[in-house]
Amino acid sequence: MENTHNTERHEYDVVVIGAGGAGLRAAIEARQQGKRTAIVCKSLFGKAHTVMAEGGAAAAMGNVNPDDNWMVHFRDTMRGGKFLNNWRMAELHAKEAPDRVWELEAWGALFDRTKDGKISQRNFGGHEYPRLAHVGDRTGLELIRTLQQRVVALQQEDYETHGDYEAYIKVFAECTVTRLLKDGDAISGAFGYWRETGNFVLFDAPAVVLATGGIGKSYVVTSNSWEYTGDGHALALLAGANLINMEFIQFHPTGMVWPPSVRGILVTESVRGDGGVLRNSEGRRFMFDYIPDVFKDKYATTEEEGDRWYTDQANNRRPPELLPRDEVARAINAEVKAGRGSPQGGVFLDVSTRLPAEEIKKRLPSMHHQFKELADVDITAEPMQVGPTCHYIMGGVEVDADTGAAAVPGLFAAGEVSGGMHGSNRLGGNSLSDLLVFGRRAGAGAAEYIDSLASRPKVLPEQVEFAREEALAPLGRSGENPYEVHHELQRTMNDLVGIIRKAEEVSEALEVVEKLKERVRLVGAAGSRIYNPGWHLAIDLRNMVLVSECVARAALMREESRGGHTRDDFPGMDPEWRRKLLVCSTEDGSSVKVRVRVQPPMRDDLITLFDRDELKKYLTDEEMAEFDGIAKKS
Amino acid sequence: MSYKAKFKVWRGEGGEGRLEDFTVEVNEGEVVLDIIHRLQATQAPDLAVRWNCKAGKCGSCSMEINGKPRLGCMTRMSTFSEDETITVTPMRTFPVIKDLVTDVSYNYQKAREVPSFTPPSGVRPGEYRMKQVDVERSQEFRKCIECFMCNNVCHVIRDHEENKTNFSGPRFLMRIAELDMHPYDVADRQEAAQQEHGLGYCNITKCCTEVCPEHIKITDNALIPMKERVVDRKYDPLVWLGNKIFRRGK
Amino acid sequence: MTQTTPDAPVRRQRAQVKVRTLRTDRWWLTPFVTFLGLSSFLVYGVWAIIDNSIFVDPYIAPFASPCLAAVTCPEGAQLFGWAPIGDWYALSPGLLILALPGGFRLTCYYYRKSYYRSFWLSPPACAVQEPHGKYTGERRFPLIMQNVHRYFFYAAIVIGLILAYDAVLALVHKPAGLGSWILILNAVLINAYTLSCHSCRHIVAGRLNHFSRHPLRYRAWGFVSKLNAKHQPLAWASMFSVMGADLYVRLVAKGIINFPYA
Repeated sequence: MENTHNTERHEYDVVVIGAGGAGLRAAIEARQQGKRTAIVCKSLFGKAHTVMAEGGAAAAMGNVNPDDNWMVHFRDTMRGGKFLNNWRMAELHAKEAPDRVWELEAWGALFDRTKDGKISQRNFGGHEYPRLAHVGDRTGLELIRTLQQRVVALQQEDYETHGDYEAYIKVFAECTVTRLLKDGDAISGAFGYWRETGNFVLFDAPAVVLATGGIGKSYVVTSNSWEYTGDGHALALLAGANLINMEFIQFHPTGMVWPPSVRGILVTESVRGDGGVLRNSEGRRFMFDYIPDVFKDKYATTEEEGDRWYTDQANNRRPPELLPRDEVARAINAEVKAGRGSPQGGVFLDVSTRLPAEEIKKRLPSMHHQFKELADVDITAEPMQVGPTCHYIMGGVEVDADTGAAAVPGLFAAGEVSGGMHGSNRLGGNSLSDLLVFGRRAGAGAAEYIDSLASRPKVLPEQVEFAREEALAPLGRSGENPYEVHHELQRTMNDLVGIIRKAEEVSEALEVVEKLKERVRLVGAAGSRIYNPGWHLAIDLRNMVLVSECVARAALMREESRGGHTRDDFPGMDPEWRRKLLVCSTEDGSSVKVRVRVQPPMRDDLITLFDRDELKKYLTDEEMAEFDGIAKKS
Repeated sequence: MSYKAKFKVWRGEGGEGRLEDFTVEVNEGEVVLDIIHRLQATQAPDLAVRWNCKAGKCGSCSMEINGKPRLGCMTRMSTFSEDETITVTPMRTFPVIKDLVTDVSYNYQKAREVPSFTPPSGVRPGEYRMKQVDVERSQEFRKCIECFMCNNVCHVIRDHEENKTNFSGPRFLMRIAELDMHPYDVADRQEAAQQEHGLGYCNITKCCTEVCPEHIKITDNALIPMKERVVDRKYDPLVWLGNKIFRRGK
Repeated sequence: MTQTTPDAPVRRQRAQVKVRTLRTDRWWLTPFVTFLGLSSFLVYGVWAIIDNSIFVDPYIAPFASPCLAAVTCPEGAQLFGWAPIGDWYALSPGLLILALPGGFRLTCYYYRKSYYRSFWLSPPACAVQEPHGKYTGERRFPLIMQNVHRYFFYAAIVIGLILAYDAVLALVHKPAGLGSWILILNAVLINAYTLSCHSCRHIVAGRLNHFSRHPLRYRAWGFVSKLNAKHQPLAWASMFSVMGADLYVRLVAKGIINFPYA
């Protein structure tokens, strides 16, 4: 550990950026494969945004309904993503999720149980069978804690053999990475700073796994925490990798709308899975009016049938409150716009008239607690008010499905920061399993990559110097307050590139973003380098602006509505657009280019898992003809 | 519905510091953390505070509000009167890094000293069979969001820093109880709880339970049952005698 | 783990807040009231040992039951006429047995909390600094003796049954007597307090790791757990009920209370 220019230097095999589910799972895998691994995260260890996931981890274990298997899960995932998913990822995900969940149990996780002692599984929007392994409504916390404790277990093993807890895996908490370093084409390390001291850190490492989560902080109403500033997306772009599907952003249909300070905080989908219903100000269960054609035969058309489904799922269709998230979010948006919203600008989500108070407290303890403490609302006695909130970005770093490798050698990505797996819309419960499946694969991919290297890429001093100067710049300036710039960006994205998009508005947003770029270059941060949130925000702004531009440019280009991308001026889904992926990249580090790339067609054995009638709704005539050929052969 | 509130906030790097006065706008429905953020955005951009989820799920924004350990995000301004001066200080038990941010590494060290979940050899992933009633007790403890306010408020280390080496605090004694009650854990937790983690320091004065934002009954459900398990093992002559006579030990 | 940089900030020190607490509420009220409550019990206990009016047919003062001495226990007060302590013993009969219920309460997990807080101020209230320079907890003599709580619990079960027997006997002999009903109420509270004990909860099933293999014990544990959640109110209620019942019997015995249905 030598100090040059006040910069500490660490050598590792793998540097994992982000300590949420994907990051920890990747780090565990890399360490289990014998690689020296650093975990770098902006918050304390164990505080990652994964704790916010409430519903559960989708895995076709078939514990509750034995008819469930990976093929059904695969179909649900593709259907949810409107067939734009990277089908290989969806396949791997559906096949491997059960093993990943079982593995957690062997590491100490305590999921809720079925009567015969297996892991219980719950219903969720878009999943045909009860499929989500869960612990009440705090599954994300269980997952993060289990992985955290697994890291500690590995450290204890290392202590036994090497006498040092941190011999093979070390957590750099409250540390932000600002640049990836390259030697030629390949990754050679990462540069960052300690939030606590403001001192710089240099990681000399041939492989970097990005697991930084999403970009929600570019929006005002969001369920995401301050950490979600699109760091991984931006780092990948700046290192020369591609982002795909950036126009697809999931607005979770049910976020809190009141009080203002908690606006956007999530109300779990389990509320609906366990019987909660959505009503407008007229008391109508309006979701029955919003069942899209592609889902007509899968959902109940009367309240009676929907209600029967909770007790008898074999003979009834599910209620439309459990439609995929994008549908529900748009429906709520439409109701509010039509003047049938609740007093504070949402709609009513009611579980109080549907379940006994005791049952609500048992099944939804943290929701009960959250509303009681934050809004002074007793959900066992009155309805909640909810509205859409920016929740998840389907788009992200374009990666190889099997290894998580990005276009830049040595760069890997997993979890929300990667793109493709969820297509145009993610099903609830698929993110926790995504983290585990692809976290592990990225860790293994990084380990394999290192083994294949002939020589270790070198850290180039001029890159380090550049990164240092870039990071220090805001401190030297007496420019604009970064909070104001941030706020304007959030407003712009929320209002102009939100749930419903129009060409003019998105273009306007791009103009604003262009101006904001200039302002970001001039923001100044008062105070010292020691734990200075103003300075940290000034640095994060570069990432948020860059990623926002990707979102807006891609949104302007895709002239159709699909999943998490709804164009007012192109309201229909267009089969011609289905296989087109929009790929963002940057050459100069400040302006974004978007290109169209065609996704390879689904493997024969996978496409034949679907009914012809269903495919017809998504595929072009040409593709249908191809399908008929395949179907005839098999 | 907005008004100007009087705040006193601890400012300083390291232990030396002072309470600084602020007058700041408060709107309906806001929590203390919102006010701290407003101070950052308008009056003190370098005011340091840890926070993440803002929904009481991550346990980052632990602080002391009018002397009581609280989560900033879960303390509604409406619980104070408008003319009250609200004092916000960092957690007292841990060293201050800056302003409201403390160095909580003590907790991570202690976490590392608790041996991990140890299943019997031969049970493969996917083969675990546990009844709901058998996991419920440990599940309650796993609700912990690691805000470390229980360790912060515990007088054993809050008032006697020298005990930090020998005492793991309610958080990690509860972790030991969680593992001891786990239907599949085979490690010996009881001896370690008493000898290495200082269960005997606890005088069950229940402040940990009082401050727990997750309302976990730390004392009644974890610490006391753990003490009783230790009594079984170490202080109960009948159990000792029974084990001697019937050779029931391990 | 947060802090691993070698050149991290200069002073690794906690906030030097120069006051004992920044709490603005009346944190001293609870320990103060507890102090008064427990003290009154102690004072009453001492008086009850000195006082000899322990029996008036069919009531026996709870502080003196079971009455085991041959000389100082009136015949009706003796349990089944049993007096194992011979003629040589001429002191108060309460003295013979008070150690058992007294010890039960002294080592009770709730009472420990309350007197550590209100008498020893360790701590007086949460987040209020305690006035002691050193603290070693319950690790060494004498406080390590708190671990014998479960033996006192076994004894308390016996005493509880005897008090219940006394009360039923009184009720049979004098169903219209106010004293009979006071003794019944007291017996209920005493037994509820005893059963709500943390040691009881542990012995019933808390020590098990597989509830599902012991369904009966698990149900019992569920019942005791419910009572256990009320251990504090039961501790106070039964303390005042036993004091009240004891005082009542003595006042009747002394003839101070003497209305027809007393």
